[in-house]
Amino acid sequence: MTRRTEPEPVLRIDELGVRLAADHAARPLLDGVSLHVRPGETVGLVGESGSGKSVACRSVLGLLPGGARVSGQVRVGGHDVLGMDRTQLIALRTRQVAMVFQDPRASVNPLRRIGDFLTEGLRAAGTPAPAATARAEELLTAVGIRDPRGALRRHPHEFSGGMLQRVVIAAALAAEPALLVADEPTTALDVTTQAEIIAILTRLRVERGTGLLFVTHDLELASAVCDRVYVMYAGRIVEARGTDELFDRPRHPYTAGLLACTPRIEAGAPAPRPIPGRPVSLAEAPPGCAFAARCAHALPRCREETPALAPYGDGLAACHRADEGITW
Amino acid sequence: MTGTTPSAAPAAGGAADALRRRPGLGRLRELGRGPLFTASVAVLAVLVLVALLAPLLAPYDPDAVDLSASLTGTSGGHLLGTDQSGRDILSRLIHGARTGLLGPLLVVGVSTLLGTLLGLVGAWRGGWADALLSRAMDMAFAIPGLLLAILLVAVVGSGMTAPVIAMAVAYTPYAGRLVRGIARQEKARPYIEAYRVQGWSGWTVCVRRLLPNIAPTIFAQSAMNFGYALMDLAALSFLGFGVQPPTADWGAMINEGQSAIQQGAMLPALAPSTCIVLAVVAFGIVGEGLADRISRRER
Amino acid sequence: MVTAPSKGLVVEGLRKRYGDHTAVEDVSFTLAPAASLAIVGESGSGKTTTVRMLVGLERPDGGTVRLDGRDRSARPRNRAERLARAREIQMVFQDPYLSLDPRVTVSGCLDEVLRLHTALDATARRARVAELLDQVGLGAREAAVLPRRLSGGQRQRVAIARALAVEPRVLVLDEAVAALDVSIQAQILDLLATIRREAGIGYLFVTHDLAVVRHIADAVLVLRAGRVVESGPAAHVLHAPEHPYTRLLLASVPRRGWDPGHGSPARAT
Repeated sequence: MTRRTEPEPVLRIDELGVRLAADHAARPLLDGVSLHVRPGETVGLVGESGSGKSVACRSVLGLLPGGARVSGQVRVGGHDVLGMDRTQLIALRTRQVAMVFQDPRASVNPLRRIGDFLTEGLRAAGTPAPAATARAEELLTAVGIRDPRGALRRHPHEFSGGMLQRVVIAAALAAEPALLVADEPTTALDVTTQAEIIAILTRLRVERGTGLLFVTHDLELASAVCDRVYVMYAGRIVEARGTDELFDRPRHPYTAGLLACTPRIEAGAPAPRPIPGRPVSLAEAPPGCAFAARCAHALPRCREETPALAPYGDGLAACHRADEGITW
Repeated sequence: MTGTTPSAAPAAGGAADALRRRPGLGRLRELGRGPLFTASVAVLAVLVLVALLAPLLAPYDPDAVDLSASLTGTSGGHLLGTDQSGRDILSRLIHGARTGLLGPLLVVGVSTLLGTLLGLVGAWRGGWADALLSRAMDMAFAIPGLLLAILLVAVVGSGMTAPVIAMAVAYTPYAGRLVRGIARQEKARPYIEAYRVQGWSGWTVCVRRLLPNIAPTIFAQSAMNFGYALMDLAALSFLGFGVQPPTADWGAMINEGQSAIQQGAMLPALAPSTCIVLAVVAFGIVGEGLADRISRRER
Repeated sequence: MVTAPSKGLVVEGLRKRYGDHTAVEDVSFTLAPAASLAIVGESGSGKTTTVRMLVGLERPDGGTVRLDGRDRSARPRNRAERLARAREIQMVFQDPYLSLDPRVTVSGCLDEVLRLHTALDATARRARVAELLDQVGLGAREAAVLPRRLSGGQRQRVAIARALAVEPRVLVLDEAVAALDVSIQAQILDLLATIRREAGIGYLFVTHDLAVVRHIADAVLVLRAGRVVESGPAAHVLHAPEHPYTRLLLASVPRRGWDPGHGSPARAT
C-alpha cells in the first residue's frame, strides 16, 4: 500500500503565476502557486469558481490561456513543462500525464468506435494491432466494464455518462502515465456512479502507483479521496495539509468556512453555515488578503498586507492569524 | 451581498473562456470580428449609399448608347471604360446596385417573414402542427428555385417580379427551418418555461418574449441569405430571365460582356462580376460575424 | 399515503409515458401546507418530470394533482384559471444562467409578474419590487441591471424573488442550489429556510444531494426509474432506510472515512 519512503514527486509546481492582460483581469489567474504530487499519492486541489484550480491543473499539460504571461515552473518527472516545444508536449501528454475531464463526451470523438479511441495511442506508440486490442480489453475490464470486447465495437452515444467516464479513464491509463490529473471527474455524474468511479480511481492508484491530482469543488469528496489537500482562493493557495488535519483543525478561516458551509450527511452534523459575500471575481483585486472581505476574523492588517503561505502545524496556511487557532 | 460591483461578476468566466477557445477555431473567429468584419460592413454601407444616390453619383446616363465609343477601355473620361454599345460601365455599375440590392431585399424580407411565421408556429405548437409544417418545408426544399423562376417567367413574363417571387418561395423553407430550430431550442430554456409557469398566455410568451430573443439570430442569417439571393438573382439575369436589357443590372451586364471578352476587353464582364463577388462575400462575413457575436454574448 | 386530505398539495397516481418509455409511474404524495418535502433520485428517476407535471409544463397521462382540494390535472380552461394556478405553485429552476430572460432587467422581471397577477399601480409595484429584492438580499444596484451582470448566486436570488412575487402556496425548487458554489449554496439554503419560516410556503425540493436533504426537508420521497421506492419522515429515511436502493444512495454520499466501493457493486453496461 503506502510507501513510507518519500520518492521524488512526479509533479512539482513552483511559484506558478498566470496573468492575463490588464483589460481582461484585474488580478492574476494564479499567483505563486506551488504544489507537488508524489507517486501513488492522491492530492486534492479544492476551490470555488474563479479560484484558479482548473487553470492550475491544466498547466500540468502545458495548457494555458492564450495571451497569458506565465512565470514559475511546472515540472513533470523533473522536466519543465512550460519550456517544452510542441513535440515534447505531445510526448508528455501521451506518455507521462493523462487527464480526465468533467464531461466525458467532450473527450471522445462521437463518430469513432470506443476501440479506435482506446487503441490509437498504443498504435501510435508502435504496439501492433492485436496486442493493442488485447490491452484495450484488459483496460476496460480494469475499469469495471463487463463484455469489453463488445464495448470496443460500440460508439460513445451507446454509453451512459458514467460508463463513458470509465472508458476515458481506461484510455488515460493506457500509456501507464506516472501522473493522472482529474478535473471534477464525477461532478456531472449521479452519486452512485460517482462512488463507482471514485472506487475505480482509488483502486487503480493503489495498484499502479500512479500519482493523482484530484481537482474538485466538493470538500466532502476530497476528504474521502485525498491524502493531502490544497485549498485555493482567488488564484492563491491559502492552505495545504494532510486531509485529517485539514478537516480536524483547519488553520485558514476560508477552509474553516468551507467546512462549515458544506452540508453533511452524518446524523447530528450542524446545519450548513454560509460564508457571507461571494468569491472574488477576476475584475476585482482587493489589497491584502483576498478573503478579508468575507472573513469574520479579519483585522485591519488583513486588508493591507497579503499574508504569505507559511508553515503552521503539519502544513501551510496563508493567514495572519493562523497561529491563533481560529475556528469558523 | 458585499460591496462588490455587480458588473464585476461576468469577468469571472474570462479565464475559462480563454481556455476553452481552441487555437484553430479561435483564429477563424477573430476574422469574424476583426478588420475583415469592419471592412465588410464598410463595403455594404458604400453599396447601400451608392444605390440610394445613384443618379447623383453616376457620371453618365447608364443607358446612353454611343456606338462610336465602343469598348474604349479605361480612360479619364470613362474610369472603367465603356461596353460594346459605348455605355459608361461605371455608371451602369452604380445604377446596377439598385436592382442588385432591391431584388434580394424583397426576397429576403418576404422569405424571412414567412419562414419566421411557419417556424415559430411549428416550434411553439409542436405535435401534429409541427409535423405538418416540417413535411411541407421538406417538400418545398425539393423545388429547385431556379427552375421555379424560369417556369414563372414563362407564365408572368420576364422582369424582376417572377424571379423575386420564385426566390422568395425557394428561400422560405430555409428561413423556416432555421427559425424552427432556434425557437425549439429557446422554448426549452428555463426562462421561457418560467414565463409559462407564471401564467402568461402562449401567444405572449411566444411572440413577445421568445421572438425578440431569437430575432438577432434570424437577422444574422438573413444577412447571409441576402448574399445568396443576390447571387441567384444575378444568375437569373445572366441567363436572361431576370431584369431585361437595357436596364443596368450586374447579372445582365456579365451576359452582355461575354462577347467583349473574345474581343480582348475584360472589363465589361469583370467589373460587374467583381461587384457581385464583393457584395456576396461581404454579406457572408457580416452575417457570420453577427451570428458569432450573438452566440458570444449569450454566455 | 393518506388519501386526499383537503389541505395542501395532494398528488395521486401520477403517470407519464414518452412513447414506450415510462418516465413516471404511480407517484403519490402529500405536501401539507408550509411543509417541506424532498424528492430524491438520480438521473432518469422521474423526479423532474414529476414536478414539471405539477407546475403544468408537462401534461400527465394519468393521476390527479390537487391543491387544497382544487384539481389542477387538466388543462386550464381560461385566463383566470391559468393565473389562479400560477398563484398556487411556482418554480425555481436549476440553471441560474438560463432561467432569467436576458433582455429584461431584474426589476422589470419582477414588475411584469406583479402586473400580470396584481392590480397594483406603478408606484405600489415599485415598492413591492424593492420589498421582494430586499427579501432575497438584493438592493437597488442589482435591480437596475440585466441578468448577465449578476453572478450565479445573485441570479438565483432573482429567480426566487420572481417566484415569490405571486405569493404562491407551494414553491418547487428543481435542483435550485446544485449549480452554485458551496459557499453561495449555503447562503441560498439559509434564505430559503427564512422565507419558509416567514411566509409559510410549502417547499418541494427536487435534488440528488442527500446531504442537502437532511437540512431542508421534513419528509423524503425516493424515486427510482419513475417509481417511489421509499418515502417517510426525513430523519427516518436518511438514518434508518428500508429499501436497498435508498441504502445504496446513502452509501454513495462521499464523506470522511468513506469506502466508495461499499454497497456499489460495479454495474456493467
